[in-house]
Amino acid sequence: MATSQIGKVDTVVDAKGQVCPMPIVMLAKAFKDLAVGQILMLLATDAGAKKDVAAWAEKTGNLLLETSEEGGVLAFYLQKV
Amino acid sequence: MRVQVAIVGGGVGGTLIANRLRHLLHGDARHETNITVYDAHGIHTYQPGWLYVPFARQDPEKLLRPEARLLQQGITLLSGHAGNVQRILPAEKRLLTADGELHGFDYLVLATGSRNAPEDVPGFAEGADHFYSEEASRRLQEKLAHFAGGRIITGVASVPYRCPPAPLEFTFMLEADLRERGLREQTELHYVFPINRPFPIQPVSDFVAPLLEERGITVHTFFNVEAIDPARRIVSSMEGEELPYDLLVLAPPHKGQDVIAASGLGDRDGWIPTDRATLRVKGYEEANIFAVGDATDLPVSKSGSAAHYQGHVVAETIAADVQHRPLQHQYHGRVACFLETGHGQATFLWFDYEHPPKPPKPRRLWHLEKAALNTFYWQLIPPARI
Ligand SMILES: Cc1cc2nc3c(=O)[nH]c(=O)nc-3n(C[C@H](O)[C@H](O)[C@H](O)COP(=O)(O)OP(=O)(O)OC[C@H]3O[C@@H](n4cnc5c(N)ncnc54)[C@H](O)[C@@H]3O)c2cc1C
Repeated sequence: MATSQIGKVDTVVDAKGQVCPMPIVMLAKAFKDLAVGQILMLLATDAGAKKDVAAWAEKTGNLLLETSEEGGVLAFYLQKV
Repeated sequence: MRVQVAIVGGGVGGTLIANRLRHLLHGDARHETNITVYDAHGIHTYQPGWLYVPFARQDPEKLLRPEARLLQQGITLLSGHAGNVQRILPAEKRLLTADGELHGFDYLVLATGSRNAPEDVPGFAEGADHFYSEEASRRLQEKLAHFAGGRIITGVASVPYRCPPAPLEFTFMLEADLRERGLREQTELHYVFPINRPFPIQPVSDFVAPLLEERGITVHTFFNVEAIDPARRIVSSMEGEELPYDLLVLAPPHKGQDVIAASGLGDRDGWIPTDRATLRVKGYEEANIFAVGDATDLPVSKSGSAAHYQGHVVAETIAADVQHRPLQHQYHGRVACFLETGHGQATFLWFDYEHPPKPPKPRRLWHLEKAALNTFYWQLIPPARI
């Protein structure tokens, strides 16, 4: 996560230890409360989240800015459009 | 000194643990151990039967038995006010029941299950139907009997919910039922699910996706239900989709029981943080406090099957400890369940933490096995015969 180029996030959703479909559900819930332009960081350990988060961003038209992985923890940075 | 084992909840997990533990205790240990089941209702419900009620294939009365009749002799049952646990005081090793009594314990098992939380989705109570309670499944039977065609949306309102395959089973059975009644042509069927496939576990999803397509059921993925507008009959998702309906059948939102939250033992939604192998409540590992079944936050299906396998682990662990041969048994995430695919067929799912299920082709045999379990549940599961 230290490798991220993104300086500032508005919300962090910690879905570590949660299995599918929880990371997506937690992401969808938290995204509702974001304002346009705000950035959310989602942390997950479920490997399936990689594919699911990318597909969710595509379906909803929001931006997946960056994905990183460190010590088995995935970090996704998403921006509300 | 007598040993007190308190089991809160006389559902699948609690009843099995009480009976299994009693069976595993011998000689002095049996005489010196009091096993008490606390249950708010004193009536045991076989919930999987509710799936068949909307199709008038199951009499809901037959899904109920007095808990007292399911417990072996020598086990104490407290029910009604006396069994309704209001507060759990883990540090003090005490329980408070609704009649104002305080009860001490040496071992505690939390098997309180879950509750429907329709209030979590605006409009759910007025706009949606379901089969997750006796009352709701009866009401749905009534509505289906009068249904003459239109647009039916099925799926789930939010996760987690009991018995993950149930909404799919309902959908397949509904499709077959409408066909039999000559209403299929006049009915559009839609299935909504929060992620990008119709079921969380990939191999099961790969199995059901072609079946849904074959039966002409449109799947809406990434549909996290946000609200229901009962007046306009529209269900909307957090992803911004809106779907009109004539009949909406969704697994309702679920939460842990209030007593868990009131006692400060739950997470935000009232699920008990539980060790996935030892089934001990996190934070109380040294205190002999266990949790099983739907009440836990374990990453397995909220199912009677999981409660059953977990129940054996907890009963064995407590029995060993009481009899001074301490041995921690382990739960490996095992769940086994059937998935009805309609037309008198079903498949079988068998999995654990490490091994995903590989559903076999639907067959009549699995349907008959599920029907047999529905009948023989009372003789098999609560008495811990299997
Ligand atoms: C429609 C439907 C279909 C299903 N199909 C299947 C299936 O095919 N296969 C499968 O394995 N599972 C199925 N299930 C799920 C299964 O019924 C549950 O997962 C199972 O009952 C969970 O067992 P439990 O012991 O954790 O909780 P429960 O069986 O729900 O028991 C909880 C008990 O705790 C008591 N209680 C709650 N709060 C208190 C309190 N404060 N004080 C005292 N007592 C309290 C309640 O009265 C209840 O008796 C289905 C469920 C539904 C609704």
